[in-house]
Amino acid sequence: MSMIDDGREQWAASVNEVTIGATSEDGGTRGSAVTIGGAKALPFIPSEGQAPRKPVVAMEVFDCEPPADWPAPLLEALGDVVKSPAEWAKACVEQFGAEMICLTLVGTHPDSENRSADEAAATVKAVLEAVDVPLVIWGCDNDEKDNEVLPKCSQAAAGEKCLFGTVKEDNYKTLVASCLADGHAIVGLSPIDINIAKQVNILVSEMGFPLDRIVMYQTTGALGYGIEYTYSIQERGRVAALSGDKMMALPVICMVGQEAWRAKESKATNEEQPGWGDEKTRGVFWEITTATALLQAGSDILVMRHPEAVKALRDHIDTLTA
Amino acid sequence: MFVIGERINGMFKDIGDAIAEKDVKPIQSMAEKQLAAGADALDINVGTRVPKAERADVMKWLVEATREVTDKPLAVDNPALSTMRVGIEAGGGGGRMIINSTTGQQDKLEGFMDLAKEFDAGIVCLSIDENGVAATTEAKLEIAMRSLGAAIERDVPIDSLYLDPIILPVNCDQKAPAMVLDTIAQFKMLSDPAPHVVIGLSNLSQGATERGLINRVFLVMAIANGLDASIHDPLDEVLMNEMITTEVLLDKTIYSNSYLQAYRQDH
Repeated sequence: MSMIDDGREQWAASVNEVTIGATSEDGGTRGSAVTIGGAKALPFIPSEGQAPRKPVVAMEVFDCEPPADWPAPLLEALGDVVKSPAEWAKACVEQFGAEMICLTLVGTHPDSENRSADEAAATVKAVLEAVDVPLVIWGCDNDEKDNEVLPKCSQAAAGEKCLFGTVKEDNYKTLVASCLADGHAIVGLSPIDINIAKQVNILVSEMGFPLDRIVMYQTTGALGYGIEYTYSIQERGRVAALSGDKMMALPVICMVGQEAWRAKESKATNEEQPGWGDEKTRGVFWEITTATALLQAGSDILVMRHPEAVKALRDHIDTLTA
Repeated sequence: MFVIGERINGMFKDIGDAIAEKDVKPIQSMAEKQLAAGADALDINVGTRVPKAERADVMKWLVEATREVTDKPLAVDNPALSTMRVGIEAGGGGGRMIINSTTGQQDKLEGFMDLAKEFDAGIVCLSIDENGVAATTEAKLEIAMRSLGAAIERDVPIDSLYLDPIILPVNCDQKAPAMVLDTIAQFKMLSDPAPHVVIGLSNLSQGATERGLINRVFLVMAIANGLDASIHDPLDEVLMNEMITTEVLLDKTIYSNSYLQAYRQDH
């Protein structure tokens, strides 16, 4: 016992654990479930508290073929499987080592292919059949369409304990009700705003939705595009959680791939930017760098796109947690 | 803020009557009401109507009755070491117990710190010693240092200490509130990590009109000076709202539009 602080933080509380995926024992068909969260200290500081769970690496799969402007290196790495969501998901799990699949229903957006709720539900079922890892099911970010599509997808996946995204401060009741009824977890979205992040959690839990089934998405900014804001918001949220703020004690998901591959530094071809380094590796590095930075801020699920970035990230996590 | 609800005290008529009639219902209902209102712990005080010889037995009964309805920490509020031991033992098996309180005489500190160590209990250390209530910041600091020293000697963690600068009624000594505010800030600098600082808030407004107003204004100022625990009436909703808001304004908790509700949902 000494009156001099040894510099180690001692935290009063921990982050909730959220389990995604139901095995046959739990009434689902997943081969295994994934539990995230449980952090008792800031990430990768074992002297202050070992995190009971490793961050999980998920891969993103679309319900339609990727748009024509997807960077060539990304399309080449994934190959022809992108023509079928089920095949794409299968390759991610079996070849690329994805621990979860995030099915993004891009094709349901009215400005995209405007696919119907039934079509989306059929895709959800196909992907559930193709792979046995837990699923994240993500809407098209059009509130009206999501409110039509996601409840049907929720029903189609009832009992599988998927993670559905997203609910927002001004649009949450429909999806919360569906996920409550069908036993899913939910993603609360806030636009890099910690006050709104907390508010969304309060609103969702007020509807009787358990806090241990909510994951926060505080919006991901890629390297060069606001990653500092994402980092500091996530870190501040995590510090609040560890200090005992139950409304912030929720695991965090990051959409790394979609943000990193949106950056011109990832997309530009060798002809467009001859001085920026080879396009084959540039985007992959951008995705890896974004992911590794956000890992340090406290991320529990990282949704990636490029197989090489997935491999590098998994190796990095193994090194950090060894 | 760590709120210790003050209402289970024989000095209040409803609780005094329940003790006299050995009726657990008003006690348990008061415990539940305070916890629902946001209390983190409950103070347990048998009051002065109970004859001295019976106080230990009544303390045991009160603590057991309260423990039946909550696992939250209970603060055994009594100056006698023997009664304290009975109360702390009676509350075992649930949340952490708090010794409320010890004064700063060396022999008192030794006995109470041993008890804190034995039961891994929190302990409130008053700014009182053989000379009475310390009247200056310097005197309060001296007693606080003595209390810290006694804790360290017995391996009681600093996190278990709640230093109480003692707030006297404003109508007795009008210079005291400002001096206590200064003392709170200095208590927080005594060690790193800092000890907790607690006050028995209601004492400030004893005998005054506008009791609620006086308590509320002082609590806000005290939190701004570093106070992190308070023994008060959590059923005073305005007081609690002002406390919660103060913590938001000091960036101790994250703002959200429903922050008042979030606090209550958290508790």
